[in-house]
Amino acid sequence: MKVEENQAASAQTTDSSSVANLRVPLGTRPLRLLQRYAPPLVLMLSLFIAWQVGTWLTQVPKWLLPSPWQIIVAGVEASDLLGPHTWQTLKETWLGLGLSLVVGLALALVMDFSALLRRTLYPLLVASQTVPILALAPLLIIWFGYGILPKVIVVALVCFFPIVVSTADGLRVADPDLVALLRAMGANRRQIFFKVRLPGAVPSFFSGLKIAITYSVVGAVIGEWVGASRGLGIFMIRSSKNFLTDRVFAAIAVTSILSIIMFVAVVILERCLLPWYYAHREDVWEEV
Amino acid sequence: MSSYPDSVSEIELSNVHKAFRLDGRLVTALGGVNLTARSGEFVVLIGPSGCGKSTLLNIICGLMEPDSGEVLLDGRPVQNRTGLLGYMLQKDLLLPWRKVLDNVILGPEISGLDRKAARQEAERLMPHFGLEGFEHSYPATLSGGMRQRTALLRTFLCRRNAMLLDEPFGALDALTRRGLQEWLLDVWSQFRQTILFVTHDVDEAVYLADRVYVMTSRPGRIKLELNVPLPRPRSRDMITSTGFADLKKQLLVSLETE
Repeated sequence: MKVEENQAASAQTTDSSSVANLRVPLGTRPLRLLQRYAPPLVLMLSLFIAWQVGTWLTQVPKWLLPSPWQIIVAGVEASDLLGPHTWQTLKETWLGLGLSLVVGLALALVMDFSALLRRTLYPLLVASQTVPILALAPLLIIWFGYGILPKVIVVALVCFFPIVVSTADGLRVADPDLVALLRAMGANRRQIFFKVRLPGAVPSFFSGLKIAITYSVVGAVIGEWVGASRGLGIFMIRSSKNFLTDRVFAAIAVTSILSIIMFVAVVILERCLLPWYYAHREDVWEEV
Repeated sequence: MSSYPDSVSEIELSNVHKAFRLDGRLVTALGGVNLTARSGEFVVLIGPSGCGKSTLLNIICGLMEPDSGEVLLDGRPVQNRTGLLGYMLQKDLLLPWRKVLDNVILGPEISGLDRKAARQEAERLMPHFGLEGFEHSYPATLSGGMRQRTALLRTFLCRRNAMLLDEPFGALDALTRRGLQEWLLDVWSQFRQTILFVTHDVDEAVYLADRVYVMTSRPGRIKLELNVPLPRPRSRDMITSTGFADLKKQLLVSLETE
């Protein structure tokens, strides 16, 4: 029964299914994953190997440019130090992200609610992003002290903008025909918001969140540079002043790895929450 | 026929005018439209593109108000008409984040009815709409014909005695379209709602309708009202009959002089 329907349905849309059929059938899932992730991994690995070989050949001193292996060794040796610093940076990042989510989503909703507020707030939001964070960070320390708050604010300042803009745009681009259809069905404004515009804005929100996540850890590090007693940023400054270049690189590596892990976590969350967004015909109609 | 509360089954337009402003110019979309769809009747509205057919439907279902003239539902002028009629457009407008089953119960959900009961009724109707086995599929994984059938079931489950269908098969290929026409007639013969069906396909109009209205291009007016006396149930053989050809010819002549 099911098979008959499959055939009937694929006969109805010959174009899209024939495109799917043209793809080389790879069969198993592990093979498909390998096909997707192997190229970037190979590229990364070759770059590191080139770097390693380059430092061997040129015999460049360690304080000028350490090799990848030296960076790993330095990172492991300093792990007792790196651990607490990393934890501090992570705390700042998460608090800042949380703050930016609350403020960003609230602003997006407010701007969606009233066109007047949208016109009033938008220029201000853009202006907030033109302020050089490096110049602002010392002021934040003057105002809020050496505690965690100024760093959290820097992270939030960096992160809230993509969240506001993407969410507000996502709410705005709801298909007008769909909104009209719901109105014709007798839906009120609240129903249209919760049934159409809000769920439709979620993919766009995630796009903004992915941008925000990639900036967030760097934001915390910048906040620490200006003045802190703990954190990856201050660890970098201290190491750099002592010409411990390998440690600077180790801290940079930790920063990147944290950012990547958080990014991947958001991507996985998105995949779980938005199965429909990734649903396509060719994924469902498999050839037998 | 089945009858639902909070619904109407007769549509009457009397001298409906509607104009829009475009770059400072006034464009008359509808220049006095008179039209009736009686209870349980299948009425087709045909006309050149841009003749204001969609504007007309928007006015009937209450998304817009006419500049002058009246919309009578069951013989009475009604101010807040939204929610009284079923409405379906050429685009299926399914919610991509909802599976088929949750898409089709949108109407009952908006009316504040019990979702579980609505789901049960939807599941019961799935086979009638050729959607059995696809209750838990996302729209993105369905073919165009199936998406359109899902949209029709959603319109159907709004439980309205009258439905406005705005070129519902317009975006489909000829073969799928033909299948859906037959299937629509079959569903309609069982449930007998009033249908006002917009198309610009002459064959479709004659094949489906009890009565066809031809609209002029802007400003839109009714220029011809044509009864289709072909017996029901309709079959494909009729398309080659002389009666069908005569009706089709009258419509084509009327449309060509536009």
